[in-house]
Amino acid sequence: MSNNIKIKVKNYGFYYGKIKVLSDITMDIEQNTITAIIGPSGCGKSTFIRTFNRMNDLIANSKVTGEVSVDGINIYKNNVDVVELRKKVGMVFQRPNPFPKTIYDNIAYGPRLHARYSKQKLEHIVEDSLKKAALWDEVKNKLHTNALELSGGQQQRLCIARVLAVNSEIILMDEPASSLDPISTQKIEDLIDELKENYTIIIVTHNMQQAARISQKTAFLLTEKIDEPARLIEYDDTNKIFTNPGDKRTENYITGRFG
Amino acid sequence: MLWMEKFKKSKFRIFKTFLISKFVFINGIISIVVLGLILAFLIYNSLKFFSSYPFFDFISGTRWSPTVNEKFGFVPLMVGSLEVAFGAILIAVPLGIGVAIYIGELAPRLVRETLKPIIEVLATIPSVVLGFIGLKTVVPFVKNIFSLSIGLTALSGSIILAFMSLPTIISISEDAINAVPNGLRNASLALGANKWETTYKIVVPTASSGILAAVMLGLGRIIGETMAVLMITGNSPRIVFSWLQPVRTITATIAAEMGETVQGGLHYSALFGIGLVLFLVTFLTNFTADRFVNRIRNII
Repeated sequence: MSNNIKIKVKNYGFYYGKIKVLSDITMDIEQNTITAIIGPSGCGKSTFIRTFNRMNDLIANSKVTGEVSVDGINIYKNNVDVVELRKKVGMVFQRPNPFPKTIYDNIAYGPRLHARYSKQKLEHIVEDSLKKAALWDEVKNKLHTNALELSGGQQQRLCIARVLAVNSEIILMDEPASSLDPISTQKIEDLIDELKENYTIIIVTHNMQQAARISQKTAFLLTEKIDEPARLIEYDDTNKIFTNPGDKRTENYITGRFG
Repeated sequence: MLWMEKFKKSKFRIFKTFLISKFVFINGIISIVVLGLILAFLIYNSLKFFSSYPFFDFISGTRWSPTVNEKFGFVPLMVGSLEVAFGAILIAVPLGIGVAIYIGELAPRLVRETLKPIIEVLATIPSVVLGFIGLKTVVPFVKNIFSLSIGLTALSGSIILAFMSLPTIISISEDAINAVPNGLRNASLALGANKWETTYKIVVPTASSGILAAVMLGLGRIIGETMAVLMITGNSPRIVFSWLQPVRTITATIAAEMGETVQGGLHYSALFGIGLVLFLVTFLTNFTADRFVNRIRNII
């Protein structure tokens, strides 16, 4: 495993209006690694993961403090092009959200936004992305049917393929399997594991077994008192977090004593 | 066995349910029967006209001159109606969808929350009032800007009808845009699309069935509207292929002439005849629109 640092978070804080929800997070995320973010409901895991592609920009009155750098560039500097950032940092959401278009058009949507491709090139991108997302064999004969006819698990893999099609380097996943059945979840997990060869993956999950199964690094966020922002309690190798956590609070959480 | 006792007592409830379901059923049936009666009434009253006046002369006749020489040519009225309606649609659809997109996607919260109720209130202005306003504003405006001798033209009618249908088109289109799941917007933005690309590539296509329904309902209002067009289109039943000339629509013809006819006479019956045609046209428009809307809805 390479130890190249892909993302650096330094003294990061996040405000909804005047309310501080995340405070003082500092962590380095390694390239080609799956990093899991765990923590109880409402502790700001989703808010945190949306930091990396600046989806929080959409929230009125939100404010970011500290520094988040991707490949050495602070993405919260004024001159950063959000479109370029979001090409580099793709996102898969909790609920599968394919566009009400054909499977083909779903995949081609991103590439078409960013460049003019020939038909052959586009077909190649679509096939390639679907293959990488382990969906090609299931849909190759019905590329031009509506994506909403796919099952939930297939839709979620389609959403992953959609991200792969724009050549993202980092993939953010916000509880990607929480609305899926166990078999679909298994397929998504296998896929995530394969993808780490070429991508840096950050995954928010509720499910601690899932974090333990698929990630190499785990970060544990926790709001200790109501009205206080959540903090990063512990960040370490997943093995260590789940077998020998360095913090009592982490141990309590992963052994299911609260949360 | 207390629960069994309760179970027995519920006979009254069964009776009540029976009554309610019958009541609802009767209401439903009444509305259908009334609709059928209206159609029967139209057919019955126009029977005299269709049996004595050659149908071909009616449908292809180019002169509507009922009192002078009893010519009942439908073409001038049809052309008048189509011209006014087409013009109104041409103005109202782009404007209405544009406003709906602005309110639904771009406007700040405060603007959205004040603008939408105001637009919905506009729909309640009686058409005779709008016709009067049109007579005092749109008609002189059209007259001056095109230096015409008279401002009572098809274009004036189109403009007023466009404004009449705008609240419907805006309000329902905006509802459709609002109903587009936020997940789709987020997915598009996260793929690097900007706000505008997200709006016209994802939001509007997803809302298209609702927008189409909005346009169809607007069209329904336009075709059926009588008072305003009667007041400002000039009421000249001649075939003109210009928006800057007076025309007369089907609806205005019925409203203008019904008072002068002899009840049971040929002219009277002819007016019911064109009423029947109008009914069929609007019915078919709505029917096809409805099927079209359903088909799109199934895809989404």
